[in-house]
Amino acid sequence: MDEIQKMLLEQVADLHEVPAGAYNIRANGVSAGRATTANIDIVTKEDKQGIDIVIKPGTKKESVHIPVVLSQSGLTEMVYNDFYIGDDCDITIVAGCGIHNSGDEASKHDGIHSFFIGKNCHVKYVEKHYGSGDGKGERIMNPETIIEMGENSYFELETVQIKGVDSTDRATTATLAAGAKLVVTEKLMTHGKQSAKTAFTVDLNGEGSSANIVSRSVARDDSYQLFLSKINGNNRCAGHSECDGIIMDNAKISAIPEITANCPDAELIHEAAIGKIAGEQITKLMTLGLTEEEAESHIVNGFLK
Amino acid sequence: MLELKNLCFQVENGDLGHKEIIKNINLTFDDHTFVAITGPNGGGKSTLAKLIMGIEQPTSGQILFNGTDITHMNITERAKLGISFAFQQPVRFKGIKVLDLLTLAAGDKTNFSSACEYLSKVGLCARDYIRRDIDGSLSGGELKRIEIATIIARNTPLAVFDEPEAGIDLWSFNNLIKVFEEMHRSSDNSLIIISHQERILNIADEIVVLAEGTVKARGRKDDILPELLKGTEGCKFYQA
Repeated sequence: MDEIQKMLLEQVADLHEVPAGAYNIRANGVSAGRATTANIDIVTKEDKQGIDIVIKPGTKKESVHIPVVLSQSGLTEMVYNDFYIGDDCDITIVAGCGIHNSGDEASKHDGIHSFFIGKNCHVKYVEKHYGSGDGKGERIMNPETIIEMGENSYFELETVQIKGVDSTDRATTATLAAGAKLVVTEKLMTHGKQSAKTAFTVDLNGEGSSANIVSRSVARDDSYQLFLSKINGNNRCAGHSECDGIIMDNAKISAIPEITANCPDAELIHEAAIGKIAGEQITKLMTLGLTEEEAESHIVNGFLK
Repeated sequence: MLELKNLCFQVENGDLGHKEIIKNINLTFDDHTFVAITGPNGGGKSTLAKLIMGIEQPTSGQILFNGTDITHMNITERAKLGISFAFQQPVRFKGIKVLDLLTLAAGDKTNFSSACEYLSKVGLCARDYIRRDIDGSLSGGELKRIEIATIIARNTPLAVFDEPEAGIDLWSFNNLIKVFEEMHRSSDNSLIIISHQERILNIADEIVVLAEGTVKARGRKDDILPELLKGTEGCKFYQA
């Protein structure tokens, strides 16, 4: 890998070198490295682009890294990654996509990640998106995440997109069996003329299932964000979604919540708040000696931390 | 230390024209002094505190700090010169932790153990608080104590407290009195505290009574307090 690809890898997966455990690194559309373990197998798909990640039941305290980096301007790809996670696993998965585009043609990565999670699993999935390069070509990422959660499983999705992605259309769907718990934390910042759309659709099918979706976003300059969240309570369950947005300059943010209780014992809550940075927050930090710009920067960084 | 000269502040009052909140105030505060400013609600106390910090700008008049004219300086410039301000309603932040705020307050001269020390001084166990967000998960009393800890961390020549007792429970209040006494005893800094509480007025060197935007009285507590408390026996307004 070249220096740009290494930089992208560091940004999206915090990797400075080859990670421990299982990994698959995809660079400019081809595999740039792969490792499997006794419990985690990675197999190239034969019918389309992508890989199957198969994790044996009972696998504990292992990790899988599957970062994607694109540094070739004009490259467009659609990748399917399927995770088959056996019962009683405890694993961490780090994905992420970095695009460096210094050319004039758009570079685009569309990734469809499907998770089939066994019973009693504990899965943490971290996904970071990052763009760089000063070319006129757009950096486009459209990730789709499909999650099927088995009984009493726990899935934590941490997704971060802070810099450099011109356009993103993210769709996440999840279906939860009895006792399953989904926790989503989204951190998003857009600037320039960027646009970002995030849509969550969660079906709480099993008794005692629960979902907590929290999105914190900052929209600056002339950027636009759309947050859609749809939670269907189809059993005795608990669902909560929260969209907290800071709007700056001439940016626009829309938050469209939808909660549907199809069962009298479903407890569903949606919260959404969009607004400027509170003036009193800036004033407080200025009384500590920060300039207005420094105060604003601290507030935004803290909000997205 | 601080001099307010012919200070006036007025606001737009719809069809009624202007309303004067502060009317030609002249006050001087010495070095290493502890002055309590009291008076009825709506008398201009909080506005005066905000004028000193630069949160509000006077309509006319002059503010001198250690001989420097700071009338047209912004909040940051005044903070850097050595003025601190504790808010009556502490501000909440999403994602900023207690340690972050104390570090910002103390500047680059802080570390983890000194941050713990500031919290201990306001009666908070650092282990329980230092990594918590300064948000709605903290009670009003906890926020207030953290606010005061930031002022201790700043350790500036002048600290202005706007009703530190507001929203604080009795235990915290007893602790608060000790904090102010300690601040006054252990440094040469000056304190200006806006307060309604007799126990705070009682530990001040001097009391200023502000009503209807003007200074109604100023003097040692032995002279001012008896006058203030006259007629309040029934309502206990000024008593802790």
